[in-house]
Amino acid sequence: MNRVLRSKKGWAQQVIFLGPCLVFFATIVLVPFALGFYYSFTDWNGLDLDKAVWTGADNWRRIFMNDDKFWESLNFTLKFTVISVCISNFLALGLALILTSSIKTRKILRTVFFMPNVIGGILLGYIWQFIFTKGFGTIGELTGLSFFQLPWLGTPSTGFWGLIIVFVWQTAGYMMVIYIAALTGTPKDLIEAAQMDGARPHQLLGKIYIPLIMPAITICLFLTTSTAFKMFDLNLSLTKGGPGTSTQSLAYNIYAEALINNRYGLGTAKALLFFLAVSAITITQVWVTKRKEVSA
Amino acid sequence: MFSHNQTYRTRLLILEIAAILLGLLFLSPFYLVLTNSVKSLKEILIDAASFPQIFHWDNYSNVWSAINFPQAFSNSFLITVFSVVLIVLFSSMAAYQIVRKPTRFNMLVFLLLISAMIIPFQSIMLQLVRVTSLLELRGEFYGIVACYLGFGMPLSVFLFHGFIKTVPIELEEAAKVDGSNPYGVFFRIVFPLLMPIAVTVIILNTLWIWNDYLLPVLVIGGNKDLTTLPLAVTKFFGQYTKKWDLALAGLVMAITPIIIFFLSLQKYIVEGVTAGSVKG
Repeated sequence: MNRVLRSKKGWAQQVIFLGPCLVFFATIVLVPFALGFYYSFTDWNGLDLDKAVWTGADNWRRIFMNDDKFWESLNFTLKFTVISVCISNFLALGLALILTSSIKTRKILRTVFFMPNVIGGILLGYIWQFIFTKGFGTIGELTGLSFFQLPWLGTPSTGFWGLIIVFVWQTAGYMMVIYIAALTGTPKDLIEAAQMDGARPHQLLGKIYIPLIMPAITICLFLTTSTAFKMFDLNLSLTKGGPGTSTQSLAYNIYAEALINNRYGLGTAKALLFFLAVSAITITQVWVTKRKEVSA
Repeated sequence: MFSHNQTYRTRLLILEIAAILLGLLFLSPFYLVLTNSVKSLKEILIDAASFPQIFHWDNYSNVWSAINFPQAFSNSFLITVFSVVLIVLFSSMAAYQIVRKPTRFNMLVFLLLISAMIIPFQSIMLQLVRVTSLLELRGEFYGIVACYLGFGMPLSVFLFHGFIKTVPIELEEAAKVDGSNPYGVFFRIVFPLLMPIAVTVIILNTLWIWNDYLLPVLVIGGNKDLTTLPLAVTKFFGQYTKKWDLALAGLVMAITPIIIFFLSLQKYIVEGVTAGSVKG
């Protein structure tokens, strides 16, 4: 009798505590994710939400045989990811090293470098659309520097670098905060001992700091890799994938396929491939950098 | 010794100046947007770098009504507050249950939540449109909040889970001996102890939900009464592509609330970001 009562109470607690979380997570994330496997084999057009005819491997065949745009955008995204991840982490680590030194303005500068991060990607894109099209032009006229007079956003290669600039501007401050936390956590005696032994700054960095903050490097590389690979908002508001489709990210390509061309079935198939690519890339990256971590 | 000290200080000074210059470079986009938002269109087109001659505050008043700022702001605000409060409540309860009752089923749920963190939004969004319209969640306030709850759960449960593991169980046992039921134990004893990590959960979710664009597009869609700030500004930008005076004023109005939020809570935000990333 007592046991039954207790287990009933236990059930009530399980439902009340875990229930809401499970219901929302399952309906919003799990079910749609699972449905993707089904829809990727159909000709679902999104307009007639109920009508989706099974077409077998048609979507997959189309992606692999007959969709240059998709592969171009994969190529663009990979290039964008590698370059932006390198630059933003390099800059973030540099900023963190400077702002953990004893300079007086370090606190206010930390705020300054972090600030772009609190604004959403879509609005950042608009800010920079103005900077690239009007601001840079004026600065170019004033200074005569050709860098500012380039047709930013007007050609595939300047558009690419424009996106890199904005991404780095947005991301570096966030990563800087993580690197600062890691650097302040490094044991002081170890660094002093190395300085006593006459270690040069670059040796300190390469032999002491970097190995010690390897966990932070793993995290920052993971975060930047996955956000860069999934870039959408910036792409939409800054270049709209243009000129043409030359700066179209993978996420944007999926969005355009479904919501502009109304090919939802094909879109879900691409989205599944996208999921596999994100997982493969981030898991490999974490696995590689994890192996370089040491314990102090 | 003296000269060594002096070179050290010179070095520090150079470093300081370089850092300040870089900081100004980082801020310059904000400066350009801010100063040009009070210029006339003609002045912007002639010279976007100079300080405004006459302040055209009417740019702001025009945009204020054109994007219906009060409504867009209150939509964004209410959606964010409701979602974040419920995420904190539900994810802390779930994490507590998973930590204190680690049955096989609960561990499976936890595993699913963690694995889901890797799923990109684009891999779910199209089917989500289907699911939300089937459940009549589209175009409804509670519908968009429900979506944020679903997407907010994984990271939030994960953060609470890590934290609750470090909370000593003795306190709870003492409360149980004193005759408190599980709900009393959680809400009176455990929940107040979770405040440090709750702040992190609140901050990470607020930044993301406030700034989110794509989910509102898909789920709020045509319902104009629910338009959020990012949606309103994007629509406005589409209509006024070359009218930079108005577009920039709208942009400044859209970013000001979150900048104020950040500047007034920056200590917690930076700590929250750090805690979130170390656990994540």
